[in-house]
Amino acid sequence: MLDLQGYGFSLLEGTVLTVESALASLVLAVVLGMLGALAKLARARVPRGVAELYTTIIRGVPDLVLMLLVFFGGQLLVNQIAPMLGYEDYVDVSPFTAGVGTIGFIYGAYMTETFRGAILAVPTGQLEAGYAFGMSPGQVFRRILLPQTIRHAIPGFGNNWLVLLKTTALLSVLGLDDLLRKASLAAGATREPFTFYAAAALVYLLLTSISTVLLVWAERRYNIAYARPAHAV
Amino acid sequence: MQFEVIWENIGQYVHGLWTTVWLVAASLALGLVLAVPLAILRTSKNPLINGPVWFYTYFFRGTPLLVQLFMLYYGAPQFPILRESFLWPLLTQAWFCALVAFTLNTAAYTTEIIRGAIVTTPHGEIEAARACGMSHALMMRRIVLPSAFRRALPAYGNEVIFMLHGSAVASVVTIVDLTGAARNINSTYYTPYEAFLTAGLFYMALTFLIVWVFRRIERRLLVHLRRPAA
Repeated sequence: MLDLQGYGFSLLEGTVLTVESALASLVLAVVLGMLGALAKLARARVPRGVAELYTTIIRGVPDLVLMLLVFFGGQLLVNQIAPMLGYEDYVDVSPFTAGVGTIGFIYGAYMTETFRGAILAVPTGQLEAGYAFGMSPGQVFRRILLPQTIRHAIPGFGNNWLVLLKTTALLSVLGLDDLLRKASLAAGATREPFTFYAAAALVYLLLTSISTVLLVWAERRYNIAYARPAHAV
Repeated sequence: MQFEVIWENIGQYVHGLWTTVWLVAASLALGLVLAVPLAILRTSKNPLINGPVWFYTYFFRGTPLLVQLFMLYYGAPQFPILRESFLWPLLTQAWFCALVAFTLNTAAYTTEIIRGAIVTTPHGEIEAARACGMSHALMMRRIVLPSAFRRALPAYGNEVIFMLHGSAVASVVTIVDLTGAARNINSTYYTPYEAFLTAGLFYMALTFLIVWVFRRIERRLLVHLRRPAA
């Protein structure tokens, strides 16, 4: 059906880069999301204010605008700062660094909201019970808060991941050789643009489908204690 | 920072703002018109009816908007049939392709939002409608859809914001929307901070406006769900 005219391997390379950049962004987003959620739930006013500002600004501006800002602006900034530090050569900010950094930063804001909700969903009584048993704050976090936070966070986390994965297509605008850009190159060379963009779309569909299957599995796994026994239905 | 450049070229931003607003508003309106019947078909028990709609929403929600736009704008010329059709003069226009791609994209998301609201209609309401002898169409029109629209409202508000933000990809296919204006100014004057921060501010203002409008509508339409003052 789809004749890729020898560009199949090139698309595969692009797919690998797409997945790599999505996973790298995800790691950054999860770390920022954790920090953001803890800051939002903190008693002190300053971290709460900073986290509030972070999520409000990020969720008000399109991904592409932030990416372009970091890609072009970051380039300029780095080359203004580098000479002050005694570095003379021109520094190139790669599309991968700028793109992954920005996507991670953006989805960190969405993760913040997801994690905040998930932490709040754990009943306080359970944490108090943990302390009453003489557990340290670290133990309460590890044994009681974290496992249940993960359970509550999986649906929101999954949604964020699916949106993040599709957002990585914007990296091709910065010139990263991801799946979409490889498809564009093949489209230009073969003069069969629809074939290659459709192929790229199918690969994205495959990636989101695999993700959905894994997420459903994870959700079931973490909810095992709450699942109804089969005969009770 | 040299914001004089922005002031001198503020006209470009205003023009871009207008492009963004009408493109998003038109896509949302057309998308909503498409989504309501699709959502009703999607709740059908007949797989021959809900299957194709399911596939349509699955495809458009599972692939990036930018890829959908490319498939249409760069992909269409591959088919001689399209090149000879009456649609051809329109398909060579970036704005038309963006409008179609955005409409199909938002219609897919909205279909699923409305479907979710339809299937969560309380059973008692449906039984009551049947007991009153309403036909399926009458029940949909009088009972199911009005309450489904209310339940769908918060999720639809999010979709409107997503569409506004998603519309920034129009600048990739040469459309001078808000992002396009910022990109032009950045490439002319090499002022990335000023150019993109200004665009960001415009988008943020639009986002807050949408949030405010939806909060007003929700307060009005969901008044029966509000907790009474203690």
